[in-house]
Amino acid sequence: MELNLWAVAAILLVGLATFSLGFRSSRQASTTQDFLVARRTVRSRRNAAAVSGEYLSAASFMGVAGLVLKDGADALWYPIGFTGGYLALMLFVAAPLRRSGAYTLSDFCEARLGSPALRRLSTAFVVFIGMLYLVPQFQGAGLAVHQILPSVPGWTGVGLVAVLVIVNVFGGGMRAVTVVQAFQYWLKLFAIAAPTFVLCALFFSNGGVDGIGATGLSQPAPPRFLSDATVTVETDVRLSVAESVQLRATGVVDGGYTRDQIVFWGPGWHTASEGTVLEFSEGSATPVIEGATVANIDWLRPITGSNDLFTTYSLIIALFLGTMGLPHVLVRFYTNPDGRAARRTTLHVLTLLGLFYVFPIMLGALSRVYAPELLVSGRTDAAVLALPMKIAPNTLGEILGAITAAGAFAAFLSTSSGLVVSVAGVLSTDVLRGRIRDFRFGAALAGSLPLVLAMLLRPSDISLSVGMSFALAASTFCPVLLLGIWWRKITWVGAVAGMLVGGVLVLVSLVVTTVSDYTGHWAPTFLQQPALATVPIAFLVVVITSKATPSRIPADTNRIRMRMHAPDRLGFIRDRDIARFGTAAERARLANGRHRR
Amino acid sequence: MNLIPGGTPGDPPPPRPRRKKVILADSRAPVTKLRTVVELEEQTSWAEEVVRGFIRTQFWTAVRLALIVIAVFGALPLVFFLAPGLSEVTLAGVSLPWLLLGVLPFPLLFGVGYWYNRLADGHERDFVDLVEK
Repeated sequence: MELNLWAVAAILLVGLATFSLGFRSSRQASTTQDFLVARRTVRSRRNAAAVSGEYLSAASFMGVAGLVLKDGADALWYPIGFTGGYLALMLFVAAPLRRSGAYTLSDFCEARLGSPALRRLSTAFVVFIGMLYLVPQFQGAGLAVHQILPSVPGWTGVGLVAVLVIVNVFGGGMRAVTVVQAFQYWLKLFAIAAPTFVLCALFFSNGGVDGIGATGLSQPAPPRFLSDATVTVETDVRLSVAESVQLRATGVVDGGYTRDQIVFWGPGWHTASEGTVLEFSEGSATPVIEGATVANIDWLRPITGSNDLFTTYSLIIALFLGTMGLPHVLVRFYTNPDGRAARRTTLHVLTLLGLFYVFPIMLGALSRVYAPELLVSGRTDAAVLALPMKIAPNTLGEILGAITAAGAFAAFLSTSSGLVVSVAGVLSTDVLRGRIRDFRFGAALAGSLPLVLAMLLRPSDISLSVGMSFALAASTFCPVLLLGIWWRKITWVGAVAGMLVGGVLVLVSLVVTTVSDYTGHWAPTFLQQPALATVPIAFLVVVITSKATPSRIPADTNRIRMRMHAPDRLGFIRDRDIARFGTAAERARLANGRHRR
Repeated sequence: MNLIPGGTPGDPPPPRPRRKKVILADSRAPVTKLRTVVELEEQTSWAEEVVRGFIRTQFWTAVRLALIVIAVFGALPLVFFLAPGLSEVTLAGVSLPWLLLGVLPFPLLFGVGYWYNRLADGHERDFVDLVEK
């Protein structure tokens, strides 16, 4: 129970630091400009830390290690894609988009193609993607709280993070969040790097895999329990058993009720219902949840079938092209002073992300050796939190566990704050009237709706549902952004058609997979990651429809293109929001009186 | 008793406008720069041609670098699929695919990004030199 105290203290500390940092800098934020774009004076290094801090979500902090534990080599594409998305952003989008002066994706669509209909459609998608991305963040928070305090129901953690985020955004808007996000990046890096170093050192000083008697990572056998283990099944599971195993079970196993009886499982499929307690003895082979890799040799090997090949390519496309369409990422770029700074910021981001992702990969591999019981319960996302106590079951493990728990909390806080700010910004300027009060109302709405969804829906793997929001972003905004920036002949009709077709296709596959998850996994696996099909289709629809409606090419296309691409020194950069945001009184206060930077 | 023109008697007098300094243009800006900017802004046929050429250069630079990344990451899954024996090759105790997927991509992505940054900055400098001549 001491672990709880350490972890609770660490989480409270993170919450307190976040809140006080946000509060202190929010006292300086007074105008709508401050709230929305941090006055565009943020330096590129700090901005890069803030971008990374905002971007490294629960999917990165906990989800990557969990997927590595479950899927092995194939899961390594997640960190690659999460980072590579920024390269695509830098090559094709960052500088021109910053120079266009658009604050949100909807701003960009309207500025480039001059259509209010397109603006409304993109607003709807921004809000939808933001919410879709927030749900797994909140669910991850619930999972983490449950891991630390098993007696507290998961919804408490969900509610706690949601309230903290909304209050923080209420207090200071984006400037506060910029400082907070930069702080959170370094916090997260420390919280994952320090435990990784210590745990790896312990692993090797114990003599590696052979020294502790675990299944070698290249052996054709499932992982083994290193000590007696008790697993409580949270949701109904279907387990694959490769080597026969004897266990003691209380609850419903294979359809029959047992009460503290010895059960013998031969090779094949077995089920355990919600609430069942399974006790395994030391050295027995681990039954593995459906969907995870059973034998270690398959875990080590990437791409074991043509199905994997399709999923992998689809994932690569979704992650590489989806990043540029995420609402909280683009808003963050607006705090760069000019296009060149936006490019430099992205380069820093590539370094910071690459530095970070090495560690969750290593933790995921270690947990395959040390924490096989997560494969039974299916709560693989908790690997980062559970691993320290598995390797060092003493005070050291408690402290390391507290550090990773604090990092996980930082991950939820920062990503959710960023998402809430960007969705609230879009809601307040596009749907409401753009006053500070509207921004706060938008924030409350953007935080509470996903909160309700997170409590209602069944948690699945964090990274998988995040992968779906990437697919949605890649199939809606990516074609419009890329073609809008580089292709002269795009029209708003084409953009609307492409966004609708791409978006609807992804949404259909999302609904189908969710329904099939509840009714016995009948949907084909490619629907879980449809980007390989939907992204090219969306591009094609935009191109063909635009070609068919050449009369709709905006008259000022050449001028807008010049603004977007001309070097910053020529001074064409126009920030569209100056005239748009804020009421007349707030604008007057901005223009008159003392000089503002 | 309508003392204030256009206002009703109950209205408070309008606040006196603050004094403002109005200038035609920022005198610190160099004249040549102003002239080229005007020319670009007016979209003369020369300006249009120059801008289109510049955008094309930037685009193909980005595409070429993207192709390098696509070639590397596009080939990896196929290579692993066709040569499953690769995972038995180990380097310093770590299986080769894990090194290729877990470590190599990050320096590669940074390197391509760094390269693009330098090229794009160079193109922008050339463009500014061209217009400001």
